[in-house]
Amino acid sequence: MSTDTINALVLFANFILVPGITYGSQLALGALGITLVYAVLRFSNFAHGDTMAFGCMFTILTTWWLQSMGVSLGPLPTALLALPVGIAMTAVLVIVFDKLVYKHYREQKSAPVVFVIASVGVMFVTNGLVRFIIGPNDQQFSDGMRFLVRARDFKKATGLDEGLTIKLTQGLTVVIAIVAMLLLFYFLQRTRTGKAMRAYSDNEDLALLSGIDPKKVVITTWLIVAALTTLAGVLYGLDKSFKPFTYFQLLLPMFAAAIVGGVGKPLGAILGGFIVAFSEILLTYAYKKLIGYIAGERPETLVQLLSTDYKFAVSFMILVVVLLWRPTGILRGKTI
Amino acid sequence: MNNLIKGTLGFGIMAACLAAVGMLQSWTLAFTIINMCLISAVMALGVNIQWGYAGLFNVGIVGFTALGGLAAMLVSTPPVVGAWQAGGVSMLFALIALLVVIFGIVFIRRIIPVGRLRSLATVLSVIGGFFLIRYFYAPAVDAIESFDPARTGFLGGLGAPILFSWIVGAFFAAGAAWMIGKISLGLRSDYLAIATLGISEIIIAMLKNEDWLSRGVKNVSGLPRPVPYEINLQSTPWFIDRVTAFYANSLPTDELARTEALQQKLIEASSLFVKLCYTGLFLAVLLLVLWFAYRAQKAPWGRMMRAIRDNEDAANAMGKDVTRRHLQVFVVGSAVVGIAGAMMTTLEGQLTPGTYNPLRYTFLIWAMVIIGGSGNNIGSVLGAFIVWFGWVEAEPLGQWVIDYGTAWMGDDNGLRSHMLANASHMRLIIMGVVLLLVMRFSPRGLLPETNRQ
Repeated sequence: MSTDTINALVLFANFILVPGITYGSQLALGALGITLVYAVLRFSNFAHGDTMAFGCMFTILTTWWLQSMGVSLGPLPTALLALPVGIAMTAVLVIVFDKLVYKHYREQKSAPVVFVIASVGVMFVTNGLVRFIIGPNDQQFSDGMRFLVRARDFKKATGLDEGLTIKLTQGLTVVIAIVAMLLLFYFLQRTRTGKAMRAYSDNEDLALLSGIDPKKVVITTWLIVAALTTLAGVLYGLDKSFKPFTYFQLLLPMFAAAIVGGVGKPLGAILGGFIVAFSEILLTYAYKKLIGYIAGERPETLVQLLSTDYKFAVSFMILVVVLLWRPTGILRGKTI
Repeated sequence: MNNLIKGTLGFGIMAACLAAVGMLQSWTLAFTIINMCLISAVMALGVNIQWGYAGLFNVGIVGFTALGGLAAMLVSTPPVVGAWQAGGVSMLFALIALLVVIFGIVFIRRIIPVGRLRSLATVLSVIGGFFLIRYFYAPAVDAIESFDPARTGFLGGLGAPILFSWIVGAFFAAGAAWMIGKISLGLRSDYLAIATLGISEIIIAMLKNEDWLSRGVKNVSGLPRPVPYEINLQSTPWFIDRVTAFYANSLPTDELARTEALQQKLIEASSLFVKLCYTGLFLAVLLLVLWFAYRAQKAPWGRMMRAIRDNEDAANAMGKDVTRRHLQVFVVGSAVVGIAGAMMTTLEGQLTPGTYNPLRYTFLIWAMVIIGGSGNNIGSVLGAFIVWFGWVEAEPLGQWVIDYGTAWMGDDNGLRSHMLANASHMRLIIMGVVLLLVMRFSPRGLLPETNRQ
């Protein structure tokens, strides 16, 4: 392989592969939460993005407190230590909302759209809480070691023109996401409660007849959702930054991911997360340099298919294509 | 209590509140609130047509509002001749290319039978079409945006009277709604919600970034008005006469002080007069929409819509094309929202894409419809008045409550200053809680739907 080809590969890895995998893992974790709520509680949860922000906010506050106490994890971000607090607070939030809001409609057997509107109300309240407590601005809370691989060191070691940067948070995101997903699948496939959840999702009446306690299923679902959303929120915040409005905007890519994969299918949510993330990055990346390495000369324009301002349009386009072509999603999820 | 008494009471209380604002704060402020209430009421009617009549959940109200605003700007601003000369032709070519590509794809899908070949041909023509459009579009954008960017840098509009834009805005919003409805109606009910959320974010992103069209975040200000300007009124003889006559007794007798006081009164009166003109226009639109909505609800069409909403399967079995009716009502409702969007931009006199905040618009309007009473048009109007009034007045009130409630902490307390700084976000929480409470304990709203046969 010529150096140009290797340079092109490194460039691709640096600007597309690594960010794509990271962002994909974050979206997948978020979409898993949406899909679980859909599978068990049977509605599209519009409050999901803001729940993510809520969990992240409490993790940030705890991180700041730990930092002020002089606690740190060495090279790892302190936020990891604060995560359990964030998850616990989110669990309290979602369970309180379930008791006060969703439970009533579940008992009434309301139409799905009523749940959706209720979730919009919940989103409103959660969003207000987050803005009230931490404010609407950007917050940085990552500390510890910043890079796993530095562009400078990579260039020195390989002698290439292009550098590869892997941030610690990117590595962490992937590792934590994989662990969380494995745990989730183990739980759903192997444990009694997990099996009960799947049975309840498949056929509610049959599950109730076989003696499955619906309350327990609902609570467990919310607990898992709280953990997944907080994880997704914290990993996204560590990797980029925390801003309440960005989290609200993440709702669309997460919905797209859940629907593309097949709503109600956990594996579909993961697949969808990576599809959305890579489409977003591939369509908004400026290919000027990459083409330069492959073709030998750089084009005059940026060769960017879409401006980054439209990255949310990408999720929407994917959504539209899937709705037109296969409304149940790639893995054939549920429809009503 | 029946709806008539409740409605009269509700509007009576609102009138009293607004009068109180007029007397305690200022009449100009009172009419500013009234104007926004009227616009919100039109929007709430649009949403009520979708939700109350047909049970369709639209989360993209802000997008349709923004399209109305874009229409107002495009109709009223004079065309920028230089920009048209610089890139107008290429932009037209890009538009033609877009149409060619769309019709090409439709044509290809017509002639090739379902199968691999058709999918392949569709994908290829989408990719090819994208580059074809870009070939004309990118240079056109550069040319237009580099024409005098500090003052223009966009194509401008038609230079027509801004009132026309209220109709154009309706068509813009209807077009977007048709597209979204065509894609997502007939599928699961929450797909429409997600799709509308998506399209509204894209519309806002377009307004913010397509500088050649809307000037983006640089805003287009100074849109021509349908009503007189304050500054002109202040030198119009009949207006001066009226104001002088009105204040004849209260003005000081001393010549110099009299002129000065009169000038002051003229400024106040002219601004109030302009607001009143808008109020008249908006009221006319509101009554017109209300009348149409009322007629539609009473008509067999309204009965059919209720039948579909209450039992889709039964209506389907009776031979009603549910998806088609849903599409129809979704388009009509969005068009009404588009009118309101154009009205709002007309009132503000400027297009500011940066201010279309999804939380504020979409959810406030939803709160209006649900609190007012889903399916009841008068209820939506009442809801619009209550919620908008509450939204505007809650800010100073919340500030005051927090200020008063935390005074014991002392002025240099960090928590107190933090809470004071973030007090405005309390409004979101309050609005959300009110929405949830009404949905839970009084799901039919203040004025429940009555016409249920």
